[in-house]
Amino acid sequence: MRILVCVKRVPAPGSRINVSDDGQAVDTAHLGFTTSPHEECAVEEAVQIAEKHDGEVTVLTLGPAEAEEQLRYAASVGAHKLLLIPITGVDWDPQRTASALTTAISDIEAADGTFDLVLFGNESADAGGFQVGIRVAHALERPVVNGIKGIDLADGTASARREIDGGFEVYEVPMPAVLGIKEGINLPRYPTMKGRLASKKAEVSATAVEAVAGGQARVRLHRPLEQVSETVILGTGPEAAPAVVDLLEELGVLS
Amino acid sequence: MSLLILCDHDRGTLDEASLEALTFGRELAARAGIACEAVVIGAGADTALAPLATHGAQRVHLAGHDLLTDYGPEAWGETLTQLARSIGATAVMACGTDRGNEVLAHVAARLDEPFVANCIDITPGDTWTMTRVQWGGSLLEDATLDAGIRVVSVTHHAVEATLADTPAEGSLVHFTPELGVEAVRTVVKDRVVLTQGITLSTSPVVVGGGRGVGSEDGFAKLEDLAGALGGVIGCSRAVTNNGWRPHSDQVGQTGTRIAPDIYIAAGISGAIQHWVGAMAAKNILAINTDGEANMVAKAGFAVIGDLHKVIPAITEEIIRRRG
Repeated sequence: MRILVCVKRVPAPGSRINVSDDGQAVDTAHLGFTTSPHEECAVEEAVQIAEKHDGEVTVLTLGPAEAEEQLRYAASVGAHKLLLIPITGVDWDPQRTASALTTAISDIEAADGTFDLVLFGNESADAGGFQVGIRVAHALERPVVNGIKGIDLADGTASARREIDGGFEVYEVPMPAVLGIKEGINLPRYPTMKGRLASKKAEVSATAVEAVAGGQARVRLHRPLEQVSETVILGTGPEAAPAVVDLLEELGVLS
Repeated sequence: MSLLILCDHDRGTLDEASLEALTFGRELAARAGIACEAVVIGAGADTALAPLATHGAQRVHLAGHDLLTDYGPEAWGETLTQLARSIGATAVMACGTDRGNEVLAHVAARLDEPFVANCIDITPGDTWTMTRVQWGGSLLEDATLDAGIRVVSVTHHAVEATLADTPAEGSLVHFTPELGVEAVRTVVKDRVVLTQGITLSTSPVVVGGGRGVGSEDGFAKLEDLAGALGGVIGCSRAVTNNGWRPHSDQVGQTGTRIAPDIYIAAGISGAIQHWVGAMAAKNILAINTDGEANMVAKAGFAVIGDLHKVIPAITEEIIRRRG
């Protein structure tokens, strides 16, 4: 079982996001970085599948040289092979990103064989383009379903569950397949000390890939106008309960 | 020359979000000087047609095929692509729901065109300019779009669906795509219903708990209050990561987006990840020991105090008043 997971390095903001002076990126002077949450779960899912089906997990990212940090983290929780497509400057647009990933995946598969599963996050935490995985799947002529929160494999088929309001849908997707993973499919493990040490020595292959820009271009990022509203403090401690219930009555939710 | 809008339905029940796309799209089409057309795809679609003309669809395409038995991202994407080419659409749009964005990504991949997801404002022209959301709505991006066929989605809840000033003609046209079996390898095979009735995304009352709840057992007090109000439980990502609640209870960018009449946010600091899932609530009551918490600052109402004491007091007061 060969599994590939595509991940993205994104800033890890707390309660506020600021924009850099040129408006081209998030101001990360005081922020750490992380793997986009859906993709962190995709890595965990891939490792679990590999453990169950005697598989191998490759993790691929397109990003700045520093994205090596996210690849090593993936290794610390069980990924086997790490590949970086380095870029400089601002984020690539979705078409360009998908094109470069497709080239890289095709090259790996030509050398080492087809991936039974290629996992993406449903969407990236930052840009939220909702398309790179689907574009790659189309280019590779493979089936793809997004929003997946459960996978069972049997007889060359991935039975994939997608959450809908109040339940889930089931898709039976023939492999090789591409799936867009959503957080909640699992609870990602924390790296062990042994995993952490091993990940420091793991080999990261870096291969530059050229791709042409697509038709969507960034002008600038900016923060939405905040609705400045005074918070009405209803009280302090349990003594505030009557005021709270007055409010609930006023809003008509105490039917 | 037209803007073609995908109207989503689930086994014949129209997704109300599609009417937001029609509301947004009919004004965009008018400004661009092109026609506003709608399409509904697959089995059961004929029962979802009624509101489309009153919301501005000048022509409604009903796309059917024996293989279009239920929702399927590839089948719907292929159908929409063929229809867009067949009528010479210059733009394709949907509401930015899970399905809307998924189908449009398939369309864009097939057309080899860009896809700009989750726009809140679009100015047509030779080059379109738009504002779209990033970080689930915490940040905005101004962007430009150069394409032969423009593929765009409008952010869910960014506009309110309204009737057109005058109903459009809404003439019905049937369309049959050419589909092979490869297009239906990702059609829904089965469905499992876990919760009937109100859910986190539809409940008028949500009682949410964060790290401040402290434990899995701590949620019992929140459940009592939710029960008294006929509401449901929500939680922050910290809670899910601690294993105190299932991920299906998570409110936020990577969880569920809620829009209740009131969201009672207890022991939740209000990180961006959580806030963007809660910000569509009509009213927010924050309960927190920290008066400086982000959630307290952003909420319309707040109680400063320990949720473990405040929440039971509210529940008791509700029961007392009901006699």
